[in-house]
Amino acid sequence: MSYIVEGETGPWEVVVGLEVHAQVVSKSKLFSGASAEYGAEPNTQVSFVDAGFPGMLPVINRECVAQAVRTGLGLNAHINLESRFDRKNYFYADLPTGYQISQFAHPIVGAGTIEIELSDGTTKNIGVTRLHLEQDAGKSLHDQHPTKSYIDLNRAGVALMEIVSEPDIRSPEEAGAYMRKLRSILRYLGTCDGNMDEGSLRADVNVSVRKSGEPFRTRCEVKNVNSIKFVMQAVEAEAKRQVAVWEEGGTVQQETRLFDPGRGVTRSMRSKEDAHDYRYFPDPDLLPLVLEQAWVDELKTHLPELPDAKRARLMREYGLPAYDSGVLVAEQATADFFETVARGRDAKLAANWMMGDFFAALNRTGRTIETSPVSAASLGELIDLVSDKTINGRIAKEVFEAMVETGEAPGAIVERKGLRQVTDTGAIDAAIDAVLAANPDKLAEFKAGKEKLFGFFVGQVMKAMAGKGNPALVNEALKRKLG
Amino acid sequence: MMSASDLIEFDLAAARDALRARSFSARELTEAYLGAIEALNPTLNAYITVTAEGARAQADAADAALAKGEHGALTGIPLAIKDLFCTTGVRTTAGSAILGNFVPPYESTVTAHLLRDGAVFLGKANMDEFAMGSSNMTSAFGAVTNPWSTPGGNARLVPGGSSGGSAAATAARLALGATATDTGGSIRQPASFCGIAGIKPTYGRCSRYGIVAFASSLDQAGPVARTVLDCAILLGSMAGHDPRDSTSADLEVPDFAAACRRGVKGLRIGVPREYRMDGMPAEIEAIWQQGLAWLREQGAEIVDVSLPHTKYGLATYYIVAPAEASSNLARYDGVRFGVRAEGGDLTDLYENTRASGFGAEVRRRILIGTYVLSSGYYDAYYLRAQKVRSLILKDFTDVFRDVDALVTPTAPSAAFAQGEKMDDPVKMYLNDIFTIPASMAGVPAMSVPAGLDPDGLPIGLQVIGKPFDEEMVLAVGAAIERAAGFTSLPAMRAGASLALPVGARA
Repeated sequence: MSYIVEGETGPWEVVVGLEVHAQVVSKSKLFSGASAEYGAEPNTQVSFVDAGFPGMLPVINRECVAQAVRTGLGLNAHINLESRFDRKNYFYADLPTGYQISQFAHPIVGAGTIEIELSDGTTKNIGVTRLHLEQDAGKSLHDQHPTKSYIDLNRAGVALMEIVSEPDIRSPEEAGAYMRKLRSILRYLGTCDGNMDEGSLRADVNVSVRKSGEPFRTRCEVKNVNSIKFVMQAVEAEAKRQVAVWEEGGTVQQETRLFDPGRGVTRSMRSKEDAHDYRYFPDPDLLPLVLEQAWVDELKTHLPELPDAKRARLMREYGLPAYDSGVLVAEQATADFFETVARGRDAKLAANWMMGDFFAALNRTGRTIETSPVSAASLGELIDLVSDKTINGRIAKEVFEAMVETGEAPGAIVERKGLRQVTDTGAIDAAIDAVLAANPDKLAEFKAGKEKLFGFFVGQVMKAMAGKGNPALVNEALKRKLG
Repeated sequence: MMSASDLIEFDLAAARDALRARSFSARELTEAYLGAIEALNPTLNAYITVTAEGARAQADAADAALAKGEHGALTGIPLAIKDLFCTTGVRTTAGSAILGNFVPPYESTVTAHLLRDGAVFLGKANMDEFAMGSSNMTSAFGAVTNPWSTPGGNARLVPGGSSGGSAAATAARLALGATATDTGGSIRQPASFCGIAGIKPTYGRCSRYGIVAFASSLDQAGPVARTVLDCAILLGSMAGHDPRDSTSADLEVPDFAAACRRGVKGLRIGVPREYRMDGMPAEIEAIWQQGLAWLREQGAEIVDVSLPHTKYGLATYYIVAPAEASSNLARYDGVRFGVRAEGGDLTDLYENTRASGFGAEVRRRILIGTYVLSSGYYDAYYLRAQKVRSLILKDFTDVFRDVDALVTPTAPSAAFAQGEKMDDPVKMYLNDIFTIPASMAGVPAMSVPAGLDPDGLPIGLQVIGKPFDEEMVLAVGAAIERAAGFTSLPAMRAGASLALPVGARA
């Protein structure tokens, strides 16, 4: 089912392409030895190269190149064995050299694809046009002084990958799914931490609208959107705005816009007339970047299993449904956790526990899988306790909550709280007798034919046994006594 | 004990040997040069900054090393350093007001190599602003006066540019030699104008790290010195691979000094017909022919060759070099270092800083460079110039299949008067007509003094070689030098009874 914006003049199709800036995971910057770590005191991670001092020269960081190649391989993309760096010239206080070193004409990675999964269970391939390496700029702080701006150059020179999609995206949902999938792939590869709060991943969203069957109309670029939710909202808001412009008889002007999440609208940042003339030209300080196929092949052999492959394997090896597999592989740590829990156990049961109580507990406690109070081994042990009938399913939920709270192993909790399932038929019979004796009226109704009261008796017996009765044995004994 | 005027008569190779033989001390030699600078620099303005105290300390360290029998290639040799090379703790201006207060906290690789080998730095040599110029008239620290003058003439002459201070200091005996840089002729043309030798090595032979950039794809450091051998010794120290410059060549440094003794017997020397230009002064043509005759007499074969794209060299250079400069000079914005002219907002700050900090020639080249890179003009100018540049390189590649080296004039004239050609940039740019093609091709080239013109001014010949074959260039240069027996000296020089032209001290 395709997404449309319903206008006065009929339905409009939305066309979206995303340019994602992903900060490369690396110890040092793209062209200098300064640390690329996030969060240091301002201007403590700045080399003379980063600060654009006279006579300083860039030297390419091999690890950043490897990260770009790994990412290209992860996107099933063409690796260009020869690429070049260009200068993008513009003046700004947080751009020390007056130019950004980027790859304009000859990017390191060419065409690739990303498969996205949609809520109706279908998948769709979104084309990746290219990926190139470039430097980040510094940060301007305008709120530190009434009349001056402060500049922090820690980020200046940090490596970014710009990943450009084809205009294949047709809805906010697809835009969100693309962002999630790309983020997932980058995190699996370890080439970008995907942390959108820290700005490690941000998107420029190109949006246009058209009537079905038309060629593309003019697009607008919504700059620097820093969450997946905002990307989806920006697509929706910008598409609606453009439909309104066209339907009022106007013309959408090519321009750069900003998304205002507070008001849920985009607003103009600069028009095409005000656009910078970046005066791109090949950076004469850097030689063409030439890679050896053997080196690329070597990197390829060390790539981790990526989400699509892992999802297929979970379905194949563990017999999980597509949906469960998709949820469990979104993060590598989640998939690893699942596999530890599921190994040698009922995989569907393991998946249900994770996607149910476990995720709910993480959400509730604000923890992540990495900081989870319940380890994969403990969750597995809990499942074992149910499987070998040490505890019943209801008690297992209670034990799990205690595990979340204390971090204790389930066996210890069961022992400490005396939660072992009661399988002693004598004890069960005694409990049943007491319940029947206490409810003579209900017993009479049952005997008169109101058979659904059987459940009531089960509940009363379990209650009397503090939930620890073996449900099958309780059922069996009750049937015998009432029969 | 030798007098100061005796000491400064030693050329670099001879001074090096004498220091090792302890005939005199490095301190005595340095004091002789510091004295010469004190006497003549007020007239010549060859130095922007003199580092007398640092020089004395370096000389004393050299003497201590020599006393222990330890020495590097240049231990105790006093040099001038073009003010384009960043020197730790010593102001480095690039001849520009915008860097008038800039003291780098780092050392260029080339000067670090010289210090490693024991050199003594006398100070920072004057130059055209950001190395843009052929006369040293564009320096924010005043023009440099050529130590040569026409007998009886009272005009102050330019030393050439942009390494005018380096060349003038070396010619006037205010240093034993100097570092210089060459983007389109900035080593060779001043060497020619000042009657000394100078070599621009192959692009990539010397690291550009720590050298204030003018045009990155063309800039190359090299020495100027009194003799070809002195140049070879200095180049041997300056050169070498540097991982901090991606365009630095990962090659061993050959024994350049040994190459000076090779001779030219059996070599094929090319004479590019395109360098014979209409209106070239007869004295230039005469000295060129003389130089070729000397080489023939020493056993070389002279061959007519063609470099068909020579005529496009100047035009393409004045697209490529300003384009790169317009980008390279964007960092001088008053924000992080150098001189800042405050403004109401960021744009004002940029405009005020750059308008007051840059001189007219630098502003002109930034404007040209910005224009040729602009959207809509890029293909017609920059891209086309790059294509022509590769044709110029192909000219050299083709011709070097047939010959070992080329010999041409270095410049179309001898030194001209200060103030001349200032109203016509194109006339000024024409000074580099013979030096630019080798720069565009990145091949090594040197200027060797070959004789005097009828006005008594020195004229140099240019030797051009294959990429990374500086040894051939030096061998041919040394052969010309031996035959020329160029012993003339400028009137203004240390140790001479100061025969200044009338008005020169005014």
